[in-house]
Amino acid sequence: MTIKTVKEAINDALVQSFEEDKNVILMGEDIAGGKGREQYQGTQDAWGGPFGVTQGLYTKFGGERVRDTTIAEAGFFGAAIGAAMTGLRPIVELMYVDFAGVCFDQMMNQAAKVRYMFGGKQKVPMVVRTVVGAGFRAGSEHSQTLYSLYTHIPGLKVVAPYDAYDAKGLLLSSIKDDDPVIFMEHKRLYMTSCEVPDDLKPIPLGKGRIRREGSDVTIIAIQRMNLFAEEAANELEKINISCEIVDPRTYSPLDEELIFQSVKKTGKVIVVDESNPKCSLASEITSLISEKCFSDLKAAVIKITAPHTPVPFSPPMEDFYIPSTKKIIDAVKKLKDV
Amino acid sequence: MIEKEKINWIYKKIFTIRFFEERIKKIAKEKTVPGYLHTCIGSEAICVGVMAALNQDDWISSTYRNHGHAIAKGCELNEITSEIYGRKTGICKGRGGSMHISDFSKGMLGSFGIVAAGPAVVLGAALQEKINKSNKTCVSFFGDGAIHNGAFHEAAGLAKLWNIPMIFVCENNGYAEATATDWHLNTKELSDITKAYDMLSYIGDGNNVFEVYDITKKSINEAKQKNTPIFLEFKNYRFSGQYEGDTQLYQPQEEIDKAKQNDPIKLAKENSSKYGLNKNDLEKIINEAKEEVDKAFDFADTQPWPQPEDALEEVYVNYPVEIKT
Repeated sequence: MTIKTVKEAINDALVQSFEEDKNVILMGEDIAGGKGREQYQGTQDAWGGPFGVTQGLYTKFGGERVRDTTIAEAGFFGAAIGAAMTGLRPIVELMYVDFAGVCFDQMMNQAAKVRYMFGGKQKVPMVVRTVVGAGFRAGSEHSQTLYSLYTHIPGLKVVAPYDAYDAKGLLLSSIKDDDPVIFMEHKRLYMTSCEVPDDLKPIPLGKGRIRREGSDVTIIAIQRMNLFAEEAANELEKINISCEIVDPRTYSPLDEELIFQSVKKTGKVIVVDESNPKCSLASEITSLISEKCFSDLKAAVIKITAPHTPVPFSPPMEDFYIPSTKKIIDAVKKLKDV
Repeated sequence: MIEKEKINWIYKKIFTIRFFEERIKKIAKEKTVPGYLHTCIGSEAICVGVMAALNQDDWISSTYRNHGHAIAKGCELNEITSEIYGRKTGICKGRGGSMHISDFSKGMLGSFGIVAAGPAVVLGAALQEKINKSNKTCVSFFGDGAIHNGAFHEAAGLAKLWNIPMIFVCENNGYAEATATDWHLNTKELSDITKAYDMLSYIGDGNNVFEVYDITKKSINEAKQKNTPIFLEFKNYRFSGQYEGDTQLYQPQEEIDKAKQNDPIKLAKENSSKYGLNKNDLEKIINEAKEEVDKAFDFADTQPWPQPEDALEEVYVNYPVEIKT
């Protein structure tokens, strides 16, 4: 057992995938960094992406497989699709998910659809690694989550790990997967750590995880919201309220069965999602529960989400924007009394 | 000197495409098939001339105006037609339609309905060829309307930066949808746009199938030799509207009449003796092409419709939960 940060776990999964399969390549903006000035500074991967996640890959595997791109997401996302169709397993880095707009056509209309609309003859085994999340004082254009934007599109798979264990196991699976996968990394979780076995096996997509067993209330937590759910559950335990925390981990496909089992057990449900509320994962999961588990519910599902606003910059406003431990505690208490 | 077999192939394909598209125009008028139809009457020489320089397993991308590319690339005529009719035996099992005729097994990466989506996808295939030290030729077809789109420029910039020997084929047919090319162009020649990428480019007569073939063949060799992308602009005229049903009110009659002087089929016929085809040879090829097109349309008309639930298939390679109805 080794303690790893999410950042290290992702780097480990990338290195392992590069070593296991020569068809794996990586493309993105400054995933090495410092291109054009190597001869002066003596460094060939100055950045490793803005968060240093891919540091060392260029040195280890070379510029043929680790390709710094121009700031041209439509160009290299499209290239990833063509490369994937013809035999490679490209991983592309979308520096922030907020940049989805400049290459959304490639994901929505090409990556997601070529298999279907051209008669099932081709596959697009590519992974988009992207950075999501508020809480970094990064402002409106570098802080969104946009989970539901991709989850909405048939043909795409969406993965959003919470801890280092899941980050490594799910990234290994995503790279081996034959469909296009959006792999969302939360910037506030990169430096969090947990035990990750060196020989961790790929974790299948579409399998959620019960992070904490409990009997009174089910908290379905999306990515970083697991942190607040856990804090809330610890507090509530002190006053003898038992919370079950469900982390779906992948949003397309979604482990509906795991969610329904927990709902059947407690009958009281809170969904916590850092995204904006309209047409969100929170509203999707809530709707599924009301459709499939109506008679098991003892109260209406409570959704805790960000407000219907862009992510604000200033700390007091941004902290208000992000769902909090307190909001979860209050909601659980409200449900407990039902 | 072009070998006899290739000349026959060129003539067969160019007539097949013209007859096919004329038949499409007819069924469009009769409204006997569902969906949008875009015909390529006027660009047959580009489809055939470029493809004559390719092997069947070379990679191409096409657009919503794809019938000619698909026919020239070797897709089965019956399957193409059946797809346009929306039938189960169509080339995309009825899930694509006229705008998405594409057969991966014939080297088609896709026929994209989004203008300028193709170049970047072909760039990726060409990158794969480079990384795997393979040598398949990679060609992206697009129209003059695509050259203002960012996705084209992003692909062009990366292709040059990475020394990717792909071929950009721009069919400059005079119109971007209902907008004249000479109105939307900011440069004297369309291909001047490649100067920003220091990219080699050549302009050819897109009505002359042998000129298209010749330029393409030389460019493929040059691109591979110099490890560089090459941009080809073939000038032609779009006799069809943007889509079938387009009133074409914006296309002046004298412009159409003038373009007819250089109709690619007319030029091919005029040049036939130069390429060793006598009147009988030509007639035989024309009759064969006509017959094959007729057969394909008869075939499509008898094919079964897909089952409604077939809509749920092949969204993913592997999806562990049920696709919702």
